[in-house]
Amino acid sequence: MIGGLFIYNHKGEVLISRVYRDDIGRNAVDAFRVNVIHARQQVRSPVTNIARTSFFHVKRSNIWLAAVTKQNVNAAMVFEFLYKMCDVMTAYFGKISEENIKNNFVLIYELLDEILDFGYPQNSETGALKTFITQQGIKGQHQTKEEQSQITSQVTGQIGWRREGIKYRRNELFLDVLESVNLLMSPQGQVLSAHVSGRVVMKSYLSGMPECKFGMNDKIVIDKQGKGGASDDAGKSDLGGGSGKQSIAIDDCTFHQCVRLSKFDSERSISFIPPDGEYELMRYRTTKDIILPFRVIPLVREVGRTKLEVKVVIKSNFKPSLLAQKIEVRIPTPLNTSGVQVICMKGKAKYKASENAIVWKIKRMAGMKESQISAEIELLPTNDKKKWARPPISMNFEVPFAPSGLKVRYLKVFESKLNYSDHDVIKWVRYIGRSGIYETRC
Amino acid sequence: MTDSKYFTTTKKGLTSYYMLIDKMNVSLTQDCEDPNPLIRALAVRTMGCIRVDKITEYLCEPLRKCLKDEDPYVRKTAAVCVAKLHDINAQLVEDQGFLDTLKDLISDSNPMVVANAVAALSEIAESHPNSNLLDLNPQTINKLLTALNECTEWGQIFILDCLANYTPRDDRESQSICERVTPRLSHANSAVVLSAVKVLMKFMEMLPKDLDYYGTLLKKLAPPLVTLLSAEPELQYVALRNINLIVQRSCNIKVFIVLAELKEYATEVDVDFVRKAVRAIGRCAIKVEQSAERCVSTLLDLIQTKVNYVVQEAIVVIKDIFRKYPNKYESVIATLCENLDSLDEPEARAAMIWIVGEYAERIDNADELLESFLEGFHDESTQVQLQLLTAIVKLFLKKPTETQELVQQVLSLATQDSDNPDLRDRGYIYWRLLSTDPVAAKEVVLAEKPLISEETDLIEPTLLEELICHIGTLASVYHKPPSAFVEGSRGVQHKRLPGSAGSGESVESPDTGSAAGASDAPPAVIPSQGDLLGDLLNLDLTPPATTGPPPPATSGLQLGAMDLLGGGLDSLVCSSRSLAERTGQVLKHSLVCLLALMSLGLNDGTFLSFLAFFFFKFVLLSFFGLAPAGPLQVLTPLSPNQSIEVALPLSTVGPVMKMDPLNNLQVTPTLHGR
Repeated sequence: MIGGLFIYNHKGEVLISRVYRDDIGRNAVDAFRVNVIHARQQVRSPVTNIARTSFFHVKRSNIWLAAVTKQNVNAAMVFEFLYKMCDVMTAYFGKISEENIKNNFVLIYELLDEILDFGYPQNSETGALKTFITQQGIKGQHQTKEEQSQITSQVTGQIGWRREGIKYRRNELFLDVLESVNLLMSPQGQVLSAHVSGRVVMKSYLSGMPECKFGMNDKIVIDKQGKGGASDDAGKSDLGGGSGKQSIAIDDCTFHQCVRLSKFDSERSISFIPPDGEYELMRYRTTKDIILPFRVIPLVREVGRTKLEVKVVIKSNFKPSLLAQKIEVRIPTPLNTSGVQVICMKGKAKYKASENAIVWKIKRMAGMKESQISAEIELLPTNDKKKWARPPISMNFEVPFAPSGLKVRYLKVFESKLNYSDHDVIKWVRYIGRSGIYETRC
Repeated sequence: MTDSKYFTTTKKGLTSYYMLIDKMNVSLTQDCEDPNPLIRALAVRTMGCIRVDKITEYLCEPLRKCLKDEDPYVRKTAAVCVAKLHDINAQLVEDQGFLDTLKDLISDSNPMVVANAVAALSEIAESHPNSNLLDLNPQTINKLLTALNECTEWGQIFILDCLANYTPRDDRESQSICERVTPRLSHANSAVVLSAVKVLMKFMEMLPKDLDYYGTLLKKLAPPLVTLLSAEPELQYVALRNINLIVQRSCNIKVFIVLAELKEYATEVDVDFVRKAVRAIGRCAIKVEQSAERCVSTLLDLIQTKVNYVVQEAIVVIKDIFRKYPNKYESVIATLCENLDSLDEPEARAAMIWIVGEYAERIDNADELLESFLEGFHDESTQVQLQLLTAIVKLFLKKPTETQELVQQVLSLATQDSDNPDLRDRGYIYWRLLSTDPVAAKEVVLAEKPLISEETDLIEPTLLEELICHIGTLASVYHKPPSAFVEGSRGVQHKRLPGSAGSGESVESPDTGSAAGASDAPPAVIPSQGDLLGDLLNLDLTPPATTGPPPPATSGLQLGAMDLLGGGLDSLVCSSRSLAERTGQVLKHSLVCLLALMSLGLNDGTFLSFLAFFFFKFVLLSFFGLAPAGPLQVLTPLSPNQSIEVALPLSTVGPVMKMDPLNNLQVTPTLHGR
């Protein structure tokens, strides 16, 4: 298991050092600094083995977090733990910076004692931790016996991510469907590869211990219901969404630990008791029937050895009522470019010599529109025989719908003990589709 | 952690140290009785961290109480504390019967207590490989699987990792476990996913392959692995290293998806990139049999583009495909022959000539084609010359009547007009073979060639099996068995997959444990003969750069020599039995190699004798514990076509190094003085 945990600043000075096991010597701290932080060549592997000691590191801004071990530990677990550690620290004192770590170092040691016992990760849910890691000392607080046992049963119990007795005057929840769409297209417009990786992020402000049920237009569920023939009352409480596909095929999805996985496996229903505040409910990935928000049509013509003509047309492919934002098209230019003249119908375009690209920015663009840029690129004559490799044209954008076609059908809230019903909860749903790696070859 | 050394320097320090300990003891023991469960747990946790014998003695009573505490938080902390105590004083833990209490905790009502007990027991069991600490039986497994649904993400990892060590008794049991583990594949924590994959991969071995469930399970495994690749970069790294293992184990990737993209790449402008893409298509074909046909048709499409370098690369790749699937795709030869004239790179030319020679009986104008190559024989590179020689001999053996002239022409070209020793040697061999016994020649030259397989990145099957049992752990990231980087007895236990190991019990072999410690490098890559000779040949280029033998460089030379012949010597060592026999063989072979070094066109005889001496010394020392008792005396520089005999007195020193057996390798250098 994890033998020790160190936190360094960008200079390699140790801010936090917690050693859990005897096999980690005092020189381990220096070994990592010398071999990784101050290494002459940047160390690219996140796992480093120095003198039979393995170091796992992640970097947050300019802070290094390193876990050390001499055993054959579960590597995925160590990294997951380091991320969790970052999350917990962020939840306690905000941004992870040298100053914040120095100011909170007692707290960090206390946390490290609690969430890592002899190198074994323990309950690391902030919701539960905040009930008893308060930096005020346990003895100082005059808790009743009930309160104490409530804390311990919550930390060790089945629902370790939520504490009892949360109360809100207004029960509210926010759902964000965030997707990033990735594309690689041939110059002829053939899709070489495309996939969407999406996340459903939920912010919940609900009283008590509500039981939630989340529904989306998952093909398997819809088909099953269709067979049953029963009219689906859940479908009525549709929370609205983007453009119209009935159901989508999800390749794979993963859930926050609050979701009952066995229930999802058998019935494909997503039911859970949510943590309080913001968290990521699920992640998913789709590859079929993706709505590609933009189509890029490139035309590159080489006029002699010293001139290049480029014409790029972009077409938006969604409902005219919707607006795409933050559009940026990046057209790569050869290394020996001497000058560029650009004409574009919309937005602003500029040749950036340092990036070897023409960057064309459009603030807003409605659906079913078309825009065009043409550029003349002058080249310096070279005797380099190797031709220009023609890197792909890449694009960035943000659209207010889910390119995968995912729609939230319902999110029902049941709380039997407190008297508020599903209808009293105010629900907000938002869809944001962003570009991941969105490229077209030219 | 408190280290007693710091206190014991003075007598005063000693006294205060014991007073301190007593004070601590009293207050900690008091805290263990505190009404607040958080404080009880804190006390027990702290006591476990103080590694002083005196404290540990005091610890036993409170710990026993805490293990049976009414509060789950105290119990789960106490469970880990047993592991701590075991690390300090294993005997004490056994004597006090904590292990039994810990085992009872597996049936605890609280999932987190169960998870921590499992974690502690697994760790203790690792240092007692033979004790039956974690006697997993269907009842306990059932309890673990119930706890799996309820405990924290970390607890799930502990339980899954522990489950992976269990061997189900029959396929029905393993199927029911698989069914209960599969939901974990959609957990957000990728460590849970990877551990679940590990359990499934292991238990799948037990299932009959024709079962429907086996197929569905396989289908369920793939998507989560792909999803792991959209996680944070560090996890992607771990996931990729693991996927590399899993893919090698069960090859069913959807090649055609990749193929479309590779084909697209192949029409790029960047030459190097295109080459790689074409190579990749070839590798797909060799690796996945079902896709071979698609790959070949893709390659043919590419050849039709007539882009010079694409065609050349495609031909090189097709040659390999022919080797892998003989008598399957020969219909494409005609297309290949059309492009004969456009080939200008030696590798492509050699590949094409190989194809023509190999399939001479099916190509009507094979003799014409080869003749056209022969015209510029002297301008070709060695690679092409050698290939041409072989191809023409093959052709002759297949169509003896029409090609007699051609064969004589090529043999005379190779033996009389060429400066290249390799070419001459090969020429002479063929010549002699053909003139003395044509039937034998046929057997040698047209012998059935072994099928090639995807050669790069492959891990030895036994190692792969062990690594599959370690999915998600460091071993799978390093692609090394745990014994290669873990010290002591911990984790050196060799794990096997149940299906192939027969009994399925983890087999402990102390010998490999210690031997693996000595040689870190896993015996994974087997150098081929070509490499070996290639290295030998390369050597004649490198030494002139370092004229004269500077003393500090000697160790480097020794290592170099070891690298050169390491593979060959290993095989020799294991192929023979007695030491005497071994010595004889190795001496013979190292002498052969030595002479090869000497005949490699270096006039600097003294330098070579130096090199040879170090090489000799190293071989003898490392394999037989023999060391030369005196320096090697070479009085005169070795001149071409001259042989000398040298006596080298030997003595035995040092231990004999053991090597794991490697696959056999044939080293048959042919030697000629110049």
